[in-house]
Amino acid sequence: MKESLRVGLFVTCLVDLFRPSVGFAAVKLLEDAGCEVFVPVSQTCCGQPAYNSGDKADTADIAQQVIKAFEEFDYIVAPSGSCAGMLSKHYPELFAKDPAWDQRSRKFAVKVFELVSFLTDVLKIEKVDAALDARITYHDSCSGLRELDIKNQPRKLLASMNGVTLTEMKNPDVCCGFGGTFAVKYSDISNSIVSEKITNVENAEADLLLAGDLGCLLNMAGKLRRTGAKTEVRHVAEVLAGMTDTPPIGGKA
Amino acid sequence: MQITSPTFKNNARDALKDEQLQKALGHVKHNFIDKRAKAVADLPEFDALRDSAIEIKNHVLANLDVYLETFEANVLKNGGQVHWAATASDARGQILDICRRVGAKTVTKGKSMISEEIGLNEFLEASDVQPIETDLGEYIIQLRGEHPSHIIAPAVHLNIGQVREEFQKQHTHLPADRELEAPESLLLEARGILREKFQKADVGITGANFLVAETGTTIIVTNEGNGDLTQTLPRVHIVIASIEKIVPTLEDMSQIIRILARSATGQEMSVYTTLSTGPRRKGDLDGPEEFHVILLDNGRSDMIGTEFQDMLRCIRCGACMNHCPVYHAVGGHAYGWVYPGPMGSVLTPKFIGVDKAGHLPNASTFCGRCEAVCPMKIPLPKMMRHWREQEFEKHLSPPSHRRNLAMWAWTAKRPALYRFATRLAARALWILGGTKKRTGFLPLSGEWTKYRDMPTPEGSTFMAQWKSGVRPAKSGGKSGAAS
Repeated sequence: MKESLRVGLFVTCLVDLFRPSVGFAAVKLLEDAGCEVFVPVSQTCCGQPAYNSGDKADTADIAQQVIKAFEEFDYIVAPSGSCAGMLSKHYPELFAKDPAWDQRSRKFAVKVFELVSFLTDVLKIEKVDAALDARITYHDSCSGLRELDIKNQPRKLLASMNGVTLTEMKNPDVCCGFGGTFAVKYSDISNSIVSEKITNVENAEADLLLAGDLGCLLNMAGKLRRTGAKTEVRHVAEVLAGMTDTPPIGGKA
Repeated sequence: MQITSPTFKNNARDALKDEQLQKALGHVKHNFIDKRAKAVADLPEFDALRDSAIEIKNHVLANLDVYLETFEANVLKNGGQVHWAATASDARGQILDICRRVGAKTVTKGKSMISEEIGLNEFLEASDVQPIETDLGEYIIQLRGEHPSHIIAPAVHLNIGQVREEFQKQHTHLPADRELEAPESLLLEARGILREKFQKADVGITGANFLVAETGTTIIVTNEGNGDLTQTLPRVHIVIASIEKIVPTLEDMSQIIRILARSATGQEMSVYTTLSTGPRRKGDLDGPEEFHVILLDNGRSDMIGTEFQDMLRCIRCGACMNHCPVYHAVGGHAYGWVYPGPMGSVLTPKFIGVDKAGHLPNASTFCGRCEAVCPMKIPLPKMMRHWREQEFEKHLSPPSHRRNLAMWAWTAKRPALYRFATRLAARALWILGGTKKRTGFLPLSGEWTKYRDMPTPEGSTFMAQWKSGVRPAKSGGKSGAAS
């Protein structure tokens, strides 16, 4: 028998704190695909809060911590396009002028994948063994879409599920207005952007809104629940893993 | 112009409350985007052209001195004159000198963002030379005493009712009861007025989309034909252009022009592409007696060799702002200086200082849509991040942000402590969320909960559960031990 792939799960700070179910869903999907999953205990965050605030020194420290913890694995997988993009695209940029870390970060970076893209693009999975009777609309999170080309992969796997109907919202590829600290630093603008997003979500008349990034999901779920809309919110991994017994993000509508 | 970038947050808040503006911005959000998408889809070689255009611009930036001198030599050979302007003030002075020498009273102007950058109109007015904008959008906002809110659609923040009102107020020599309902009536009225101005003007000033080194040609693209009348009717034509507009050959120009209008308005080509190569020659039927090119640097050469060099590839198409969710929300004036949207968020700190313009590179979600549609693939988010780095290094970001960030980073570098803190937070927030699994009130998170609820955690962190042996139910495979 072929030796199973050793996959390091980069849980992401938001999943760790807000939505452990997504982490367990990721473990299940990876294990069902035959991977051996490892969860290094020295992981905290990918460093984006520092990176996007212009704090390169702290970012580099955190990035080195991540690389050291994960570089031994065949692959590093994160249930987030944003964090996977940080690890695979931005770490090498960060260390481009650092002879000690340039090669090392690039060697690490090519092994990093976002969860759904890993399942489809690397493991060539075309179908998941889960069912859900629901009309689903999918939001393309910006980093996953534009840094990692994740667009059809989640839709393809969702379409393979029994009971799922996909219904596209208008402009699924337009930002939800989260943007990390942007959402609180420029809350008025963020609110305007997320308001338009949830109008499009509601018009799609879906039971469930999915995306691959918890930041966007917290933002959109927070707004949907505040306005009393009907669409509930989950991370795509929960649905693909058939783990929808937990309450949705932000609770029921 | 008055710089209001430091009060960006307030400008944005006002813009969000301005219902008329919000309605007008809908035009940007839909028309430009749909038309560009169609134009790009209709041209299979669009991406190949893009790469070729980037190569041309990169080559020029690596050899800028050579091409600028070639350009100058060819303008001189054609009988024109070249004026090198290191600063905005130099450029203004050179233009005024020409106007004074020829005794100019009125100056007609084609659309030029460089003239906005150097504050030319205010300067000329103060020097008793009357500038008259001849691009319809520019003409309207000049009447209103405003500046462009978009680099290719300067009056995009206005609706037709406001234009009608302004014409009624300003064009007092016309009968008050004239028909102004139809958009065409407004257009004809402006055209009638501008015709007279074109004929009376002593000097015409245009910008340039390209400067062609091999021929000494300056090129503008317009949709109204106003640029042609501006530059052919007066005795003197002044071109004001920044140094990075240079391309080596006409062939290079004709490649880049294929992606310019498509990216900007979604047109295959702008209606008019006008090439100016020197003053009127013997036997020419029309054209100016004098042809001047002002070559403006204004800090651009300092960008070469820095992390901002790629910005000099910008061809001012406006695609970045057309696709920017922040621009869509607040419009161009909120940015507080000449250049709005993502390209403005990169350029403005360069021109007015990151201490004044610090909000602009911060007010981005880094969604990356600007970079994705930029015909020159300028990494705009990356450059905005570079400004954030400079801000951070200069200690310009708010002290409270710096403190929170430092505390967070300190903890994130200590996994055991981080585990402890997140376990507490997960627990506390879980209690706060109760059965609703969300909260409308969260200490220190007022800016979040002002507009949305905060979904609350599930009680225990992933890492804590994993450590205590929790594994997904009905798992098919095997799990590796926590390493």
